[in-house]
Amino acid sequence: MTLRVSDLACARGPAQVLASVSFSVEAGEALILRGPNGAGKTTLLRTLAGLTPPITGTIMHEEDAIAYAGHADGLKAQLSVTENLTFWASIFGTDDITPALTAFDLHPLADRRAGELSAGQKRRLSLARLLVTGRPIWCLDEPTVSLDAENTARFATAVEAHLAQGGSALIATHIDLGLSNARTLDITPFIAKGLPASDPFADDPFVGALS
Amino acid sequence: MIGLLKRDLSLAIRAGGGFGLSLAFFLIFTALVPFGVGPETGRLSEMAAGLLWLGALLACLLSLDRIFQLDWEDGTLDLLATSPLPLESVAALKALAHWLTTGLPLVAAAPVLGILLNLPGAAYPWLIASLFVGTPALSIIGAFGAALTVGIKRGGLLLSLLVLPLYVPTLLFGALAATRGAQGLDATTPLVLTAGITLGAAALLPFAAAAALRVNLR
Repeated sequence: MTLRVSDLACARGPAQVLASVSFSVEAGEALILRGPNGAGKTTLLRTLAGLTPPITGTIMHEEDAIAYAGHADGLKAQLSVTENLTFWASIFGTDDITPALTAFDLHPLADRRAGELSAGQKRRLSLARLLVTGRPIWCLDEPTVSLDAENTARFATAVEAHLAQGGSALIATHIDLGLSNARTLDITPFIAKGLPASDPFADDPFVGALS
Repeated sequence: MIGLLKRDLSLAIRAGGGFGLSLAFFLIFTALVPFGVGPETGRLSEMAAGLLWLGALLACLLSLDRIFQLDWEDGTLDLLATSPLPLESVAALKALAHWLTTGLPLVAAAPVLGILLNLPGAAYPWLIASLFVGTPALSIIGAFGAALTVGIKRGGLLLSLLVLPLYVPTLLFGALAATRGAQGLDATTPLVLTAGITLGAAALLPFAAAAALRVNLR
């Protein structure tokens, strides 16, 4: 399962953030995205996940291959840990949530409502969701926020296991996860510096319809 | 797909889900009417069908901003947009869940509240039928409005302003069916037109709502 990106330009709102980004991620490989705050790591991941259309360039991967996890946990406070995972499993057409519960040690919390979990526990539940998607390419935005050392290691183990099964991962993070088969991509050279925010209404559908 | 519907239904009936708010609003609205227009049964029974339709419409409006806003706030909408479910079916399912938790209880409550307003006996079947075929249109049009305003903080008022004019045809034909029923006239034509609006909205608006969501998720 390969992800190939060539000559990609991404925008956040009207402003172009990144230009001519090219890289590829092979099966079994992790790519760590680095760059200062505001460099465009989130924008790049959202573009890859298909949430933001790219300005130019191509993203090549098999259909329905990407699992995205952003800053927000995407949990429902009124549902229990099991219910949250079962919901995502039904959306992604998988049925077994036990490996996901095991990988992030969520069995003791299985019946707790997500709203009663601590920030770190919520993050673990949110990461466990990746395992029930059954998708090969993980696009993760700061996945270790609010995780302690033990659970960061647990997360690294889960990523290693995912890579060993032929999956791949793109991870925007500032810490060292100690992954064995990981490359680092510094996105600083791709920052679209000095490029004018082309047309501020370029992505406005109403203006587009009129012209 | 069933998973999303089941989740939305169970979220609606749990604490803070807002189930029953619309129903309570409908009850209070109907109970307040005699204070405003006077208690004479003759005048009330003339207006009852239209007032019940208006009350149901306003009650429906009350919970529209929850359709997408909560999922947008906690990041679920981003994840749904990257899931195998097309956003068109997400919009359609969420409108269906909204109708099941809001519209359908209003249909069930309307005949009971009809007694409060002295609704003529002949009007009951027409009122129930017109609400039953008309309220789904309110949920679908509302879901479209909610998709347009998702991401706007305190967008509820803007949503109401956008959606209310779009509710006019449904209100017009739905209330006409119930009123004609109350006068003992045949109300098939307005009833069929109400159903037509619902079917048209169900066929087109999920696509419009999905397009609006895509723009708002960028």
